[in-house]
Amino acid sequence: MIVYSPERPGIIIGLVAIARRDLLLAWKRPGDILNPLFFFAMVCTLFPLAAGPSSEQLVASGPGVLWVAALLSTLLSLNSMFMSDYEDGSLDQLLVSLQPLPALVLGKTVAHWLTSGLPLVLISPLLAMTYKMSTDIFGILMLTLLLGSICLSLLGSIGAALTVGLHRGTALLSLLILPLAMPVLLLGANTVSLAAGGEPYVTGIWALAGYAVAALSLAPYAAAAALRISNE
Amino acid sequence: MTAKLLANDLTLMRGENCLFQELSFTINSGELLLLEGQNGSGKTSLMRAIVGILSLESGEVLWNNIPVYQQRQEFHGSLVWLAHRTGLKGDLTLTENLYFEGALRQRSDADLAEVFKRLGILKLRNLPLRLMSAGQQRRAALARMLLFETPLWLMDEPFTNLDHEGRELVKSLIDEHLATGGICIMAAHQSIDINSTIIRVNL
Amino acid sequence: MRKFFNQLWKLFIQLRVFFHQLISPLWRFFHKLASPPHFYRLAATLMPWLTVPALLLITYGIYAGLFLAPPDYQQGDAFRIIYVHVPSAYLSLFAYMIMAISGAIGLIWRMKLAHAVGAAAAPLGAAFTFIALATGSIWGRPMWGTWWEWGDARLTSELILLFLYFGYMALRSSIDNTAKADKACAVLALVGVVNVLVVHFSVEWWSSLHQGQTLMKKGGPGMDADMLYPLLATILGFTFLFGALLMRRLRTEVLYRERRTRWVREMILSPEGGK
Repeated sequence: MIVYSPERPGIIIGLVAIARRDLLLAWKRPGDILNPLFFFAMVCTLFPLAAGPSSEQLVASGPGVLWVAALLSTLLSLNSMFMSDYEDGSLDQLLVSLQPLPALVLGKTVAHWLTSGLPLVLISPLLAMTYKMSTDIFGILMLTLLLGSICLSLLGSIGAALTVGLHRGTALLSLLILPLAMPVLLLGANTVSLAAGGEPYVTGIWALAGYAVAALSLAPYAAAAALRISNE
Repeated sequence: MTAKLLANDLTLMRGENCLFQELSFTINSGELLLLEGQNGSGKTSLMRAIVGILSLESGEVLWNNIPVYQQRQEFHGSLVWLAHRTGLKGDLTLTENLYFEGALRQRSDADLAEVFKRLGILKLRNLPLRLMSAGQQRRAALARMLLFETPLWLMDEPFTNLDHEGRELVKSLIDEHLATGGICIMAAHQSIDINSTIIRVNL
Repeated sequence: MRKFFNQLWKLFIQLRVFFHQLISPLWRFFHKLASPPHFYRLAATLMPWLTVPALLLITYGIYAGLFLAPPDYQQGDAFRIIYVHVPSAYLSLFAYMIMAISGAIGLIWRMKLAHAVGAAAAPLGAAFTFIALATGSIWGRPMWGTWWEWGDARLTSELILLFLYFGYMALRSSIDNTAKADKACAVLALVGVVNVLVVHFSVEWWSSLHQGQTLMKKGGPGMDADMLYPLLATILGFTFLFGALLMRRLRTEVLYRERRTRWVREMILSPEGGK
């Protein structure tokens, strides 16, 4: 039998519960996780086909291409972040729950990252290999993607909250999020390039980590405010 | 349990048009507030405004004589809202849906099996909601009301999609709730016959 | 622990009520200022006080900049475009700041006029951003031999800023309900303004990696007085111009938003016809 959490459950309990619910939903519809991953792989395939397979070019453009592809595939999955909650009325129920909304939004963002960001990080070495990147920098690539995808999920939660319930939300979401995400892309891709060229790259890592921490502490509030406005 | 909900000069705008102006009412324990009006007259919007999702143009709602905005958490803790949309996930089973409900709201001592039996959906408890009929989903949404013993019930068209038996069930639930000192705010097209005081507000 | 937080929350609520009472006289003044009919007339009164200095300053600045200032020892006459470029670039940021600040005021104090300011400022900001980009690119042609140089940090940041403006205007136009659009855009502007700083620093870092060309010199103490004063004049003049344009757009915006109200109808029907 189900054991209910104690009276007025703590914030962490609510956060974990909503993250678990979203993960369970993703588990029941694995396409939501897999489609952006396939998209990521396919965008990475497009570049050598379009720009030519010469090794030098691949090595030079590899970090940039991987990062752009990661950004685009994250965008693809963002639209659905609050959409189903908005449509089936769960969002209304979340708004009248006892949990503070920013915590719930953070829970949903964590679930989004676990289902879209983390898989990207995990398969990135595979694609980096096809771009003839040296194995020495796989660690750096994964670290920047790890930090970067956290930033993107958090930034994306704001955009998704602003556009939930709007017609043609996807195109608008891209227009809102891409300029906001540019610093992340720029820091991430260039850090990998620097590492590949054997130059000092630590600044980029620290900047990304700083961005992630700042986003982690501010974005849930902004997204919660946006969500309240969108659901009016 | 005694409770009281007081609405003071509520005015609500939706975009350009005004849905209602300077609407006031008081409901006490054991009373039912029936919101009547045509489609689009603002019944649902009024409920959304009471729970604090829509912002009012002017006026305030008082729960136990304290403005709601000063005690958001306490107020949300003392209400259950049966909205037009169920707020349950179609891909999850009934049991899974209600499990997460518990973590987001307060603790409940109610036995889930008993609740499901009462609502006549015990056999469906491990079925994803999207496979259920509209009426069964409505019944599932009623489970919230039985799980959490809150004084205030907000019900938006509770009889929609329900068969005769289902409507009787809802009626008996409301009767019980009011008899134990609860308050019910209901939006409905048709009138209902229950044993308690009914306050009518025509929008 | 939870009890402690509950206490803290109650204290916060009490403080808020106290604060509210404290500032309520100031508040009423604000409200009068922000009442649409009052503001509509105020904006009309302000217009000449903004337009005339703008014209004088810009005329002086452009004339002095183009004819009196000596040519730059490195860039020759090409540098003279700064008299348009620098004020526009500064205003492109200034307008975004105004959008963010008015958004915050609109969200916190629920002042509807503040949201109208944001709505009116966005296209102006975008226009100045575009001018800054265009003049930067024209200047780049003789300097770099190309119309666009990705390595230039300032131009790249301006471009991202232009996209931020586009996003803001697109969001506004895709929400039908004005009140909702206002609030959503205010949140976006606030998120954007934090990001503008991040964009600035990250682009700077990025261009330093790629040995970006030395940038256009900003007006500063190192500049010759004959060059500097016209620049200051155009900066100030453009700011006045921005103010005048903003007031003009705001009047239209206020009129449109209040089109169903009685004061607008009465004013339109009055003998002066809404002058």
